[in-house]
Amino acid sequence: MIHSPYVRKPVSVQRTMGLVLIALLPGIAAYAWQAGPAILVNLLIASLTAVLAEALAMWLRRRPIGLAVGDLSAVLTAWLVALSLPAIVPWWLTVSAVLVAILAVKQLYGGLGQNPFNPAMVAYCTMIVAFPALMSQWPALAGGFDAQLQLILGGARELDAVTGATALDALRTGLRTAGATVESVSAGPAFGVFGSQGWEWVAVGYALGGLFLLATGIITWHMPVAFIVALGGTAGVFWLIDPAQFASPLFHLASGGAMLAAFFIVTDPVSGATTPRGKLLFAAGVGLIVWLIRNFGAYPDGIAFGVLLMNICVPLLDMKTQPRVFGHREAAGGDQ
Amino acid sequence: MIGRLFKFHGGIKPDAHKNESAGPAIQRAPLPERLVVPLRQSARATANCLVEVGQKVLKGERIGEPEGFLGTAVHAPTSGTVVDIARHPMAHPSGLDTECVVIEPDGEERWIEHAPFDYHAASREESLAWLRDCGIVGLGGATFPSHVKLGKGAGVETLILNGAECEPWITCDDRLMRERAADILAGATILRELIGARELVIGIEDNKPEAIAAMKEAVAASGHGVSVVAVPALYPAGGEKQLIRVLTGIEIAYGKLGGDYGVQCFNVGTAHAVYRAFAHGEPLISRIVTLTGNVDNAGNWEVLIGTPIQDLLPLARPRPDTDRTILGGPMMGFALPRLDVPIVKGSNCLISASPKLFPPAPPEQPCIRCTECAKACPAELQPFELYWFSRSRNFGKAQEYHLFDCIECGCCSYVCPAHIPLVDYFRFSKSEIWARERDKAAADQARERFEFRNFRQEREKAEKAAKLAAKAAETRAKLAETSTAETPAGEATDDPKKALIAAALARAKAQKAEVQPQNTENLSPQTQAEIADIEARRKVLAATAATTDAPSVAGPTADAPAAGTDAAAASAAPDAETRS
Ligand code: SF4
Ligand code: SF4
Repeated sequence: MIHSPYVRKPVSVQRTMGLVLIALLPGIAAYAWQAGPAILVNLLIASLTAVLAEALAMWLRRRPIGLAVGDLSAVLTAWLVALSLPAIVPWWLTVSAVLVAILAVKQLYGGLGQNPFNPAMVAYCTMIVAFPALMSQWPALAGGFDAQLQLILGGARELDAVTGATALDALRTGLRTAGATVESVSAGPAFGVFGSQGWEWVAVGYALGGLFLLATGIITWHMPVAFIVALGGTAGVFWLIDPAQFASPLFHLASGGAMLAAFFIVTDPVSGATTPRGKLLFAAGVGLIVWLIRNFGAYPDGIAFGVLLMNICVPLLDMKTQPRVFGHREAAGGDQ
Repeated sequence: MIGRLFKFHGGIKPDAHKNESAGPAIQRAPLPERLVVPLRQSARATANCLVEVGQKVLKGERIGEPEGFLGTAVHAPTSGTVVDIARHPMAHPSGLDTECVVIEPDGEERWIEHAPFDYHAASREESLAWLRDCGIVGLGGATFPSHVKLGKGAGVETLILNGAECEPWITCDDRLMRERAADILAGATILRELIGARELVIGIEDNKPEAIAAMKEAVAASGHGVSVVAVPALYPAGGEKQLIRVLTGIEIAYGKLGGDYGVQCFNVGTAHAVYRAFAHGEPLISRIVTLTGNVDNAGNWEVLIGTPIQDLLPLARPRPDTDRTILGGPMMGFALPRLDVPIVKGSNCLISASPKLFPPAPPEQPCIRCTECAKACPAELQPFELYWFSRSRNFGKAQEYHLFDCIECGCCSYVCPAHIPLVDYFRFSKSEIWARERDKAAADQARERFEFRNFRQEREKAEKAAKLAAKAAETRAKLAETSTAETPAGEATDDPKKALIAAALARAKAQKAEVQPQNTENLSPQTQAEIADIEARRKVLAATAATTDAPSVAGPTADAPAAGTDAAAASAAPDAETRS
């Protein structure tokens, strides 16, 4: 039997996942700097839960535990869950979310590589449906670490002191009062230079990490570009038509989880489209749905729902966008 | 001439490792004690043996008569005595055996009388026959008969000479170009004339500046209008389809030949052999072989066809920790199951491998659909999709996703972060599909026989019925005749018989129409050769599946795709289910 090639590129799943984790660091650093170190506690809780859950699942499925835990995919899922949730949710909510992601979405479908849905996004959706109130309390900027820690550990919630409205929330609720315009709402404290006060720097951190991923070839340009163009483009068109009622594209891109989504969430290889054209359509679809939900939906941000809706379309997208195969170019003398 | 270069999709840049063996000049390998010359030298054709045991032969004497469309002659590589004619294992992944003439050299190297062949004075057919009789086949590895490849002598615009040598470690073409550039060029211009091409382009990877310089110099000295083009070093730029694409922009689809697109491609070694055949009347009895890898004395040797590999290896002085020998390059070659097999016309390189040099592949992980493999695939396939289909044995889907366009270059396996031996899966699927194809062909034949018997029985039944009906009609007619003078009896007797036979025929036809056409018809000779090769591999697969102690040559990935042998197959089932 032939078993060539005998040489292999020094790459591994572990390396891929590790690089994505590294790419998340600038965003995490900005997060901790802007909103306090509570996020670090949550990342830790999420990571531990994920590793234990993964090990348990592998043990139950009688598969090698070390290989699966060592590939870092569970840790990455945990980080994405933690970064999607508000940083001051109680610890049991983080744990539940991670368990949903690892056990229900990933392992029940057969483990790494098999899940049709993005685990972190299913976890987010489950939590926002189950605990809408907790899920809408974001930490106030420069909140005290002690107070945040109390909340995570399940302390009583005297919210005003430690939580603040996000810009997306403020805009949504603000615009529903009569006579309000984007301009008048944006004068509020939740708004920053070009996005959500403080959070815009987290977005910059994510974008930097995303550029790193592009440079290392872990992701291709298709998804981030399509997502940004779809979200920014749609926002831009409506903003030009009626700037009083619709926020600017820059605001949309710098708020909420847009940058996290552009570089880390829509780019999840397992549950996303795989062909170049499929990737463009997939990410553009998410971008469009995000804008629609942000403007007309019942939830402040629509990334999770957008991703899950597009996950459903992946088999179709992949099938319909299969690239042309070498030698099957039209004409050229030999095509059937 | 060649203006701009084109690109092919994907490709990889593995470490070239050319320096190990590219330095020293080509040396002549010493005469071995015995030469084992296979009569099957070209793809899919075995020559007719012309000698007997005990017979004395001269160097270059014909010992095998070409047979069939793809046949080429086989010659004694040196003078000596035929000591045996028997089946002998070949340098094949499975150690397949074939009829061989074993010659004991007398050490005198006495040539048979031979003279140059003036192709200008001969017809094209005679020239092609000369190539066939000199045993000229492609030396790039495929050993496709050159006289067949030269085709009709019309419709080919561009002749490409392949000096790319993109596989790591191999340097035999490099050395040949450096040392015998003028001969290669002379051979190439003969090929150009025979194929009727206007243009001649020599493509060489840009990591061989000396070879490029040598060829350019030869071209300048000859005054021929030939372009020597440096192509970017990117594996598999030396694949025939890839090189044609890079130099001309033309893409040759699976199952097609270059000739269909007005372009044809020959290896530089083949051109050199063509030159020797015409200018000196020498048949193809030796070739350049690279010995490299985990050795102290890497280099290139001119080796007589039939030299046992185990006699050759010591020339390079393999180091003690050498654990296997790879024939060909590390990307597409294979570890030899045994070393007492002969060098044949397609053997270009022997790499002594050690665990340090070629570490076993890390454990296979689940596919994360990262599409690295698709980015690297020069055939522009989606290897991970093919992998899912192969794993779930969904061969129909695999074919729909162009499994057979896969050239088995190994780029996908090379880049896969999950260390999945993708090509192994594809080889397995291909061989399974061919096996089914063949079984179906056999079944079709049986069905046809069965249907014919049915048809015959029906016909007989129909005829009997018709006869009965006719008789009945006859009696009726007779009865009628007695009453009336005029009667349509003639029609009445004919009709039911005809109708019944027609009905039986129609049924048989309809059944026949249901039999699906086989897609093994109308294949090019090259494809047929591929099929033959794949079939051979399939046999091995069957063998390894049956016996657990079959020679497993390459470490931990060995059994993965051989379904039914181990955990890989066992785990494939549930995963495949959840997926679909
Ligand atoms: S490179 Fe490997 S892991 Fe990535 S998509 Fe291809 S087969 Fe899957
Ligand atoms: S081995 Fe086949 S599928 Fe893999 S890269 Fe080469 S052509 Fe593509």
